[in-house]
Amino acid sequence: MSPLLIGPLATGAISGLLALVIALTDRVVNNYGEVTMDINGGKKSLKVKGGSPMLGTLGSEGIFVPSACGGRGSCGACKVRVLSDVGPVLPTETPYLTPQEISQNVRLSCQIKLKKDIQIEIPDELFYVKKYTAKVESIRDLTYDIKEVRVLLKNPSSMEYIPGQYAQLVTPPYEDIPESVQRAYSMSSRPGEPDHVELLVRLVPGGIATSWVFKYLKVGMDMELVGPFGEFRVHDTPAAMICVAGGSGMAPFWSMFRDMKEKNTFPEKEIWYFFGARSSRDMFFLDELRALEKEMPRFHFVPALSESKPEENWTGDTGLITDVLDRYLKGKIDPSRPKEGYLCGSPGMINACIDVMIRNAIPESGIYYDKFA
Amino acid sequence: MNTEPLLNPVVLFFASIFTSNILLSNFLGMCSFISISKDKTSANGLGLAVTVVMAICAAVSWLVLRYIVVPLQIEYLSFIIFIIVIAAVVQMLEMIIDRVSPALYMSLGIFLPLITVNCAILGAILFMQIRSYGFLQAVAFGAGSGLGWWLAIMLLASIRKRMENNPVPAGLKGAGITMVTIGFMAMAFIGFSGMIAVQ
Repeated sequence: MSPLLIGPLATGAISGLLALVIALTDRVVNNYGEVTMDINGGKKSLKVKGGSPMLGTLGSEGIFVPSACGGRGSCGACKVRVLSDVGPVLPTETPYLTPQEISQNVRLSCQIKLKKDIQIEIPDELFYVKKYTAKVESIRDLTYDIKEVRVLLKNPSSMEYIPGQYAQLVTPPYEDIPESVQRAYSMSSRPGEPDHVELLVRLVPGGIATSWVFKYLKVGMDMELVGPFGEFRVHDTPAAMICVAGGSGMAPFWSMFRDMKEKNTFPEKEIWYFFGARSSRDMFFLDELRALEKEMPRFHFVPALSESKPEENWTGDTGLITDVLDRYLKGKIDPSRPKEGYLCGSPGMINACIDVMIRNAIPESGIYYDKFA
Repeated sequence: MNTEPLLNPVVLFFASIFTSNILLSNFLGMCSFISISKDKTSANGLGLAVTVVMAICAAVSWLVLRYIVVPLQIEYLSFIIFIIVIAAVVQMLEMIIDRVSPALYMSLGIFLPLITVNCAILGAILFMQIRSYGFLQAVAFGAGSGLGWWLAIMLLASIRKRMENNPVPAGLKGAGITMVTIGFMAMAFIGFSGMIAVQ
């Protein structure tokens, strides 16, 4: 054989042989066999193929742990408490874990490779979380920067959720956004209409999901939702609900109030709803909420504008929503009644309202909110 | 290749650790030597990895050289073949470390795949080829060179640890003083040279 051929052939043969050895090593070393995942002390037991990160494996088994980054270890949302030994906390996890979480062995499920039988603890609600394909039925402009997106669920065709919970909207890669992302939006729809979901999306300049909704989402398109998630809901206590929202923070309340009226749940609960906006062009659902006020005597609606101009003929309250809230808590709402706080809006608004509520003797443990920063 | 073993493998083993330390007498494998010696734990892990890779690569390369390269007279391709062998061994080691010790795997990080281009390893294999070592000698030389590299990086890491709080002139801080330190270490090791002829 020509010496010119021998060299490349021999080199190729050696490479091939080594590649074969590597492949065999991979089969042996990375073969973790079948791994049993025990979730919440025997509530669910899964037999899965080992070797992959836990987040993806749980997802393929239909259990969706919240994750905004899709398993790249950059959002820190996919926390799961691990009860069995899976080795020390990895350097990729430490930035997202508090010392308390580390002491309880809370881990990022996207960073944990399933290597042996494992016991984990997740919130029970996650068992009901599914990935939905939905068709956009309508997109309505509520204000100049808030849209209501109403979708028809196709597969699965209905969602069971509690008013106040949120879903994650999945955006595909677009423009220079290289990958699919998920962003949380409270559902504004009523659970009584389980085949439809409505989300209120406010345009955040530069926001990945909101820009996609405003620029690319069109009626008739298919999109994906993962949900429901979240602990935000009406609590069954005799305390009066003091709800405060701004902007698209309307969503969970719009769902809660309509559901409470429709099913007459918590009939003893008195509801005060404070909705703050700058000017009347930021206001929406005014007529609907005022109508609800008439139909439901225990519901009181307090819209307030902070920068109202005389020509707007605004007849409601004025001032920052925190000041309005403070005025009402000091006077118009019976001070002797126990109260609970329900907040939805920007982190700044939530923090300011918590301060006002605590000053007005609402216990901090009775103030509920979801902070979507 | 048919020459009789020139040197007892045991002697060669110790010679390659101390008297002809591949790092301090040949100055091979400097990049990771300098960058990973800041912290003893990582230095220790990398030293271990280099030692294992070097010993396995020396053995595999010797077999490839003896039974494939020499009979086929393709010595002109030996560099490429050695590099392929090193890359494959590192790849396998990476998978095994990931399985056995995820913490070590994470702490070695990018330096584990970078062992592939650690010139000390290719250097040791080429020395083995040039000096016509027998199989046992090759393995002893590979393992010894690896241990020598490990010893050197641990020494440097310890020295750097002790120097942490010393008043180093501003212009010499970091890489500068490290190079000076390595120079002194090399001078100390040169004292051994000539005690045992390795070739």
